[in-house]
Amino acid sequence: MIRAKLKGNGAWLAVAILVIIPAIVFKEKFFSLTNLLNVLRQSSMIGLISIGMTCVIITAGIDLSVGATVALSAVIAAMLTSRSIVLAIFIPLVIGVTIGLINGVIITKLKVVPFIATLAVQMAVRGIAYIITDLKSVAVAEDALPFIFIGRGYLFGIPVPIIILVIAAVIMIMTCKRTTFGRSLYAIGGNEDAARKMGLRVDRNIILVYILTGLFSALAGIILCSRLGAGQPVSGSGWEMDSISSVAIGGTLLTGGVGSIEKTMAGILITTLIGNIINLQGDINSYVQKIIMGAIVLVVILVQKRTMEKEN
Amino acid sequence: MDNEYILEMKGITKQFSNVEVLHQVDFKIKKGEVHALMGENGAGKSTLIKILTGVYTKDAGQVFFNGEEIHPSSTLEAQQLGISPIYQEISLIPQLSVAENIFISREIKKKGFIDWKEIYKKAEEILKDLGINIDVRKPLRSYGTAIQQMVAIARSIMINSKMVIMDEATSSLDDDEVQILFNIIRKLKSQGISILFISHRLPEIFEISDSITILKDGSLVGEYPTSSLSRTELVSKMIGRNAEDVVNYKRTNRQIKDEYYLRAKSIKSGVKLRGINLDIRKGEVVGLAGLLGAGRTELARVLFGIDHKDSGSIEINGKEISFKLPREAIKYGIAFCSEDRKVEGIIPNMTVAENLCITNMKKVSYFGVINKRKCSSIAEEFVKKLRIKTPSIAQNIKNLSGGNQQKVILARWLSMEPDFIILDEPTRGIDVGAKKEIEDLIRQMSSQGISILLISSEFEELVRNCDRIVVLRDGMNAGILDGNDISEDKIMNLIANGNMAVGGN
Repeated sequence: MIRAKLKGNGAWLAVAILVIIPAIVFKEKFFSLTNLLNVLRQSSMIGLISIGMTCVIITAGIDLSVGATVALSAVIAAMLTSRSIVLAIFIPLVIGVTIGLINGVIITKLKVVPFIATLAVQMAVRGIAYIITDLKSVAVAEDALPFIFIGRGYLFGIPVPIIILVIAAVIMIMTCKRTTFGRSLYAIGGNEDAARKMGLRVDRNIILVYILTGLFSALAGIILCSRLGAGQPVSGSGWEMDSISSVAIGGTLLTGGVGSIEKTMAGILITTLIGNIINLQGDINSYVQKIIMGAIVLVVILVQKRTMEKEN
Repeated sequence: MDNEYILEMKGITKQFSNVEVLHQVDFKIKKGEVHALMGENGAGKSTLIKILTGVYTKDAGQVFFNGEEIHPSSTLEAQQLGISPIYQEISLIPQLSVAENIFISREIKKKGFIDWKEIYKKAEEILKDLGINIDVRKPLRSYGTAIQQMVAIARSIMINSKMVIMDEATSSLDDDEVQILFNIIRKLKSQGISILFISHRLPEIFEISDSITILKDGSLVGEYPTSSLSRTELVSKMIGRNAEDVVNYKRTNRQIKDEYYLRAKSIKSGVKLRGINLDIRKGEVVGLAGLLGAGRTELARVLFGIDHKDSGSIEINGKEISFKLPREAIKYGIAFCSEDRKVEGIIPNMTVAENLCITNMKKVSYFGVINKRKCSSIAEEFVKKLRIKTPSIAQNIKNLSGGNQQKVILARWLSMEPDFIILDEPTRGIDVGAKKEIEDLIRQMSSQGISILLISSEFEELVRNCDRIVVLRDGMNAGILDGNDISEDKIMNLIANGNMAVGGN
């Protein structure tokens, strides 16, 4: 099995196992449509963030500000629902882009390492979310039905957040594989200096990748706000770590240059399926889930390290 | 367009914080010629190249490329004009496929998306043209340095360049690989592409270049057809003094007492070492010659306790020993200056003094607390003794030239008063002047009774400095040369003996 992992599709193999075994153990309970859709809907928000996070990590960067961006965009969306639904969607997205732009500029122009730059931005953004809400939850206007639809609605029987996630994933997979921008992310993460010498637009693309992450985080914030019917200033905390671990579990190297959004999607499914199995078990404490996830991240990183050593 | 020259740089001047690093330099390259740019470290070669490739902007002067004045302000712009640099450290992305490395930033597209099929096909064609048949879909890192170098060249050909700059492109290649590279250079030349060639290896310059431009201290010394210069003349012009003593230093046979420091018998380790014998007497300089992969560095690593022998015995001063860790070897008075000083030798962000004292902490510290004054005084002493060129001992070592970094590493080991020093390619990538000083140092050390194992790919260096030369081939002894038997030809014969072909020199 480890050998199969080495071939690069290990994460999807794990997904298959995580579907088949519980299917046998829990039978129809696991396979009921509501359960499956629940599993996927849970995944959608972290999934969106992780699309951006994957791109950032491929460039050998990291973005710790995503959780705070979710919170800020959620509360602002909630505040704007009473005025205009278009603004309630548009303005949070603009804010997400702005936060990404700030991250990117600090990293490329002020030459601050991504970890510190985005940590600082995370604190500031979270602070803004606290200040404008006075730490209180903001309710979505009751008549904002189209807004509620984003998080709770169904299209063709499929929850809207899942549709959004799938569309975003497909677009970004294509971008990573078949555009100059996408390929340059790999080049930057592989050897930034070489990428510069090859004439790639390194700084611009790094800024762009943080903007994308900000945009996806804001989108996740809008969905969250819509699902909860409220924007909460404390929401999304710890999501950056959930997202990073999904990326790592999928098999994207945190050292940059290697990875893909497909892998991350598998990583998302793995984390969610494990969570689901624990829930179905019923008698396992949900905190145990954290311990299991921690162990899985560690194992995956060890396997990655072994693979790298073998290749050298 | 009908200009004889592809490149003309006129009156180039460049200052860095009021220090003039280039002064009114003229530099011209004809179409389809291989032009060598020579000079010691700090002569201004790399500054000139960086101005040409858009990394720096010039303060004064003009650059004409293909008859038109250009002002490249980025590497991208220079590449678009047809100027492609290939750097010393290979500037490609190891994780990406060979094909992608050739095409990245100028991918072939279909309907806005990258057309991978076409890219793989084209990449294969280009490499085949260069005589290389490899799987272009595999990641670049699965191939060796030589192939990677060729891929870099393929990339610049694909970009349709009119001039390729090879800055120390051969420094990490072995002789066979250099020959492959030279064949490619000749091919490019026949297609009318000009090559700007920079190398520290003089024989290469004479083998491949048509003309030579020499810089010294930021000024032009002159431009000469290669055939009009002798090696000695070239070096004299580079260092600005008579170079007879550098190039034509004759070895002298010394009498060495039959007192053995080290006796290694039939050392075996893995597939690389298949039974090697090595004796070193006290105060003797023993050379270790052989092709890359013959087991030279591997043997040194076993002697120093980095790797372990599978069988065989090592005696030092008549006592059998077996080091498990370099620590133990160091305690025993053994020093090892490794080949790759950037990776294994220096700690770039520490000062000259810190780099010098780091292996000798015991001597400069009390109960684990470092005595800075003591460290400084040792550093001052060695900076003076080895004539290390540095503004002060508090300077970061990364700001020193390669030759001076090497001297700091040597000083580091010397400060421990070792009995035995292993030098693995001590003069690689450093200029002629510094090289002479390092060689002087080797002689000085051995006359103080220190035994030395000198590993070098440069036969002349071995011939000049060694009392005895042990030649390795395929992890075994191919022969030993002694006294008057020592000559480049004989080393070459021993290496070639069998079915090994030797290129270069």
